[in-house]
Amino acid sequence: CGRQPGSIVGVSNHIWQIKRQEIMKWNGWGYSDSRFFFNKKGQAEFTGRRYRLSGLIIPGLKDWFESTFGASLQHKTPATVSPILNSSAVQPPTLNEAFVEELKSTGIPLSHDAEDRVFRAHGHCLHEIFALREGKFGRVPDMVVWPNCHNDVVKIVELACKHNVCLIPYGGGTSVSSALECPPEETRSIVSLDTSQMNRILWIDEKNLTAHVEAGIVGQDLERLLNESGYCTGHEPDSMEFSSLGGWVATRASGMKKNVYGNIEDLVVHVKMVTPQGVIEKSCQGPRMSTGPDVHHFIMGSEGTLGVVTEVTMKIRPMPEYQKYGSVVFPNFEQGVACLREVARQRCAPASIRLMDNEQFKFGHALKPQVSSIFTSFLDGLKKFYITKFKGFDPNRLCVATLLFEGDREKVLQHEKQVYDIAAKFGGLAAGEDNGQRGYMLTFVIAYLRDLGMDYYVIGESFETSVPWDRVLDICRNVKARIIRECKDKGVQFSPLSTCRVTQTYDAGACVYFYFAFNYRGLSDPVHVYEQVEHAAREEILANGGSLSHHHGVGKLRKEWMRDTISKVGMGMLKSVKDYVDPNNIFGNRNLL
Amino acid sequence: NGSVFYPKRDDFEDILEERRNSSDLRYALRCYIPVLYKELTPCKASELKSMVLQSDQLRYVINQVCKETGMAADEVQAEAAAILEEMAHRLQLSTIRFFAFTLSKVFKTLFRSICVNEEGIQRLQQAIHEHPVVLLPSHRSYMDFLLMSYILYTYDLALPVIAAGMDFMAMKFVGEMLRMSGAFFIRRSFGGDKLYWAVFSEYVKTMLKNGFAPVEFFLEGTRSRTCKSLTPKLGLLNIVMDPFLKGEVFDVSLVPVSISYERILEEALYARELLGVPKPKESTSGLFKARKVLSEDYGSIHVYFGQPVSVRSLAQNRVDRCQFNLIPRHIPRKPGEDIHSFVNDSAYRLVRAQEENMVLKPWVLLASLLLQNHHQMQVAEQKQEMALDELTEQAVWLRDLSRQYGAFLHWPGTVQAQSSFKTLLKINHGEPCSTVTPEEELLNQAVIILSCASYRNQALHIFLRPALLASAIHTASSSNKQEVYNSFSFLRNMFSNEFILCPGATVQDFEEACYLLVKTGALQINQQEFVVTERGHRTLGFLTRMLDPFLQGYQVVCRFLCEDATEGLTEKQFVPAVRKFIIRHILTGFCRLRYTEVLSSDLQKNSLAALLRLGAVQKLKGYVGVCHPCTSVCFDWLRQKQAS
Repeated sequence: CGRQPGSIVGVSNHIWQIKRQEIMKWNGWGYSDSRFFFNKKGQAEFTGRRYRLSGLIIPGLKDWFESTFGASLQHKTPATVSPILNSSAVQPPTLNEAFVEELKSTGIPLSHDAEDRVFRAHGHCLHEIFALREGKFGRVPDMVVWPNCHNDVVKIVELACKHNVCLIPYGGGTSVSSALECPPEETRSIVSLDTSQMNRILWIDEKNLTAHVEAGIVGQDLERLLNESGYCTGHEPDSMEFSSLGGWVATRASGMKKNVYGNIEDLVVHVKMVTPQGVIEKSCQGPRMSTGPDVHHFIMGSEGTLGVVTEVTMKIRPMPEYQKYGSVVFPNFEQGVACLREVARQRCAPASIRLMDNEQFKFGHALKPQVSSIFTSFLDGLKKFYITKFKGFDPNRLCVATLLFEGDREKVLQHEKQVYDIAAKFGGLAAGEDNGQRGYMLTFVIAYLRDLGMDYYVIGESFETSVPWDRVLDICRNVKARIIRECKDKGVQFSPLSTCRVTQTYDAGACVYFYFAFNYRGLSDPVHVYEQVEHAAREEILANGGSLSHHHGVGKLRKEWMRDTISKVGMGMLKSVKDYVDPNNIFGNRNLL
Repeated sequence: NGSVFYPKRDDFEDILEERRNSSDLRYALRCYIPVLYKELTPCKASELKSMVLQSDQLRYVINQVCKETGMAADEVQAEAAAILEEMAHRLQLSTIRFFAFTLSKVFKTLFRSICVNEEGIQRLQQAIHEHPVVLLPSHRSYMDFLLMSYILYTYDLALPVIAAGMDFMAMKFVGEMLRMSGAFFIRRSFGGDKLYWAVFSEYVKTMLKNGFAPVEFFLEGTRSRTCKSLTPKLGLLNIVMDPFLKGEVFDVSLVPVSISYERILEEALYARELLGVPKPKESTSGLFKARKVLSEDYGSIHVYFGQPVSVRSLAQNRVDRCQFNLIPRHIPRKPGEDIHSFVNDSAYRLVRAQEENMVLKPWVLLASLLLQNHHQMQVAEQKQEMALDELTEQAVWLRDLSRQYGAFLHWPGTVQAQSSFKTLLKINHGEPCSTVTPEEELLNQAVIILSCASYRNQALHIFLRPALLASAIHTASSSNKQEVYNSFSFLRNMFSNEFILCPGATVQDFEEACYLLVKTGALQINQQEFVVTERGHRTLGFLTRMLDPFLQGYQVVCRFLCEDATEGLTEKQFVPAVRKFIIRHILTGFCRLRYTEVLSSDLQKNSLAALLRLGAVQKLKGYVGVCHPCTSVCFDWLRQKQAS
């Protein structure tokens, strides 16, 4: 690639080999070595050594699982295909020979191996994973290519245009919007462009606090490598173990600590994207420009429909001197929301502040690992007694906010006091660092839990929205109730888990996450039921003033609501950009529009 | 043979029976623990008031009023507080217990039974637990809302707060008693008073949203003097639907309640009122004078709690709730066209749901028959009366017919029926007249006729659609289906102020009518031609005659407007003038005015409203007059009909 090896600051030496499926599940979430299961005693365990929960027993999970879903450990629904992919079930690739020939001559690695193709044919929507577990494969890419740098991408895109091949960029594969699904109506050869080999930090500029990074780098590597130099981006989406920088840009991602560091649109200083019309980038790195509409905003959120993001200059910050977790218990969700609103009003939100509703609080409780010391369990008991008996909180109504403070020690402590003082005005009681930390750890393992549920007739998913402050309580109540009602109407035999949390605060509103899962025993087409309910829930969100998406994006899953969301003229604007940049629909994943 | 159009209905339970067998005092003092709304945060009536006064909605309007009038904020705030003070209820259990005791005594004296469908009560209980509930009883008597609260207390249900007209407040002591039993008082008209509207709507919404209590009001707005359901008023329905439309609650349950009286306490008053004797002002002393009613027998009451109607399902695919996304929800806005028509359609649906579960007693059918008979005899200038046997035969025929049409009949055994007939005949005879002038004699007779009509009217909703079809067949120029439909559509349109006819549902109504007549063998449709069958003539004759008095009423109003109305007739003067005109014509025997019923001011007002709506008449600077040149099809049609 004509680059001096010495100039490269960091190379992701992690795991992102070409054969990702060797360490990751191909039909479930995350690392192959990490998963939940019920042991012979019926206790839940989490395997592996990667997480704090790994190797621990979670005694409360079984009861919670059985009582919440009406599920039973006797009724299993294991994945029907063995973990080693049965490649004969996959359609043989449709190859564009001329394209393949010319590409081979460039020396860019490529593959039409069934395993490689299936691995890149999906994101992590419920219907996608469910189908994989049943061994069903729809249209999958015909070929995978692994460019190593920007210039490789330029060559690939040129050849794709020349031979009329459909390109679908693939980063971390954590999409939950059907964005990676191959359009079944696509007749051209589909090539998955896997950016994982473009994973270097090209330079760090300490004067301007920026770093220039290849877009294929995965979140955890980016942070780790920057940390080695004493910096961080502070961008931590829940998927950061696997999701890539290019994916964040293409979907307008949001990070947990956006209150300190900002969302992706605040972090990006410069972007380079390869399109069928050529490369788009700005000529300078000025921190703000008045040069007409910001072309970065055509790129951010374009969801792979216009081109491939190859390199990004991002803001970086010195690593925080001090981090402190915290948590607050509120007597009810209403008080909790009022507190978050006040925190936002005073613009004193910590790096992260999240409010879980009662159901999620109970869920979190069920995930407490077995404690080794009697002293800890005694303290837990005491805490519970204090909150429910002494303070009179109703265990069926109380809810918890988890907090994360970052900065220099003194300021953090000062900040902490300010937030706890506000919380106290809304009846909030400080509930310790431990609860807070566990709350954040759970965001990384929760995706593994869905796989466990799917072993026992339980399917579920999360979805999100953003909504003005005055609507937060209403939308939470109504969407949760709508889910319950729709499940009942659609013949779900057991009452579903329908829960939410407020995960981000803004000046004018908040981001709300809904979790929804149910036991599908007795249903002939559970995925269809699931999709109908999710569809209804999204309608409810929109009817309650919520947005189509805060950060998951539109993909193909939410396309039908785009026109109503951005108006006919807005659609026309986006379409005309697409028509100019990619008239032959080379980037043909058909997301968004 | 079974009914063609038969909704399944619950059984009744008489709640007075237990009252006759056990202590009223113990009943009034018993433990009362109602099921409450699951998301209720308990709050006192006084807290409720401060919630209203501090609401964003009200603060916004207070601000607006300040800017417009230049008044100080605290002055307007005080005014709002005063409005709320005047309006608010002070529901307390002790008053309910007092009423539970006294009403038990009164009800046992007045009524033979009060029958309630207990399954409906169970549904209501469930609804109260799940969502905020709005109770929508039919309104025929002052008794209605005390009766409702009494029943809810009896079944351990949450006691409602009730929207009542301000006129009650004139009765000092009683007004306060009602207030303490859950009534809140609203002015009859407050047209442009922004502040009043804001306080009022916010008060109702706050109670509803918090699930403080079921909110009860009368869709018809006022007591129906004719026993015919009134065109629903939309104001309160708009208010109670608003929290759902704006996402403030997940759903609201609307529960239509049908209260059918065998005999209404105000019966005689209503007939006089319709004939121009003004309604006595409500006063406490008046109430005591009215105590003589205690010595009379008012039969039984049937109260049917209908299926709760979810506002959410009504609004599904009808209303785009996103329209509230772009303006803060606390800023008052006039409902858009789509919301207006949605609320209007819902209101009609709910009134029809009330009608559907009205229990019809034998008199209702007998009155229909006797009135028709009376008119036929009048035409024939005969004075003879109907033989009891003949009446019985006709009644049985009509009973079967109405059952087929889905009527909710309460028909006692035959022996009893005979005696019932006698009672009714007694009513029909009326008191012997000792009046002097022919006008007074006419009015006295009209009182009897209108009382009778108020029984017949209770069955109108059963026969209305087939009757419109029968009349349409009768008047259409040919028996071609399209021709008949046009005629049906015309009649339906003309009568849409008179009867409960959902706007825009002409086709459904026409099809429903065809279905009923065809299925019951009265009508055949052969290749787009309507053929009345042999046995259908009797049915169609009966149905046509049912609408005739109304038709003649509209005609006479037209005639009055053309011939007699002077320039500068105000709406207020209209009724007395048209009444004078009618009396003169009846007494001179001119123009074959057969129906004394046309003297009803209700009929006259409705026809004026219809003519205004259809553009045959217009209002100019407060005066009503025929449009010149008179081009209205309706007008011509009515006049032609009369000529023929």
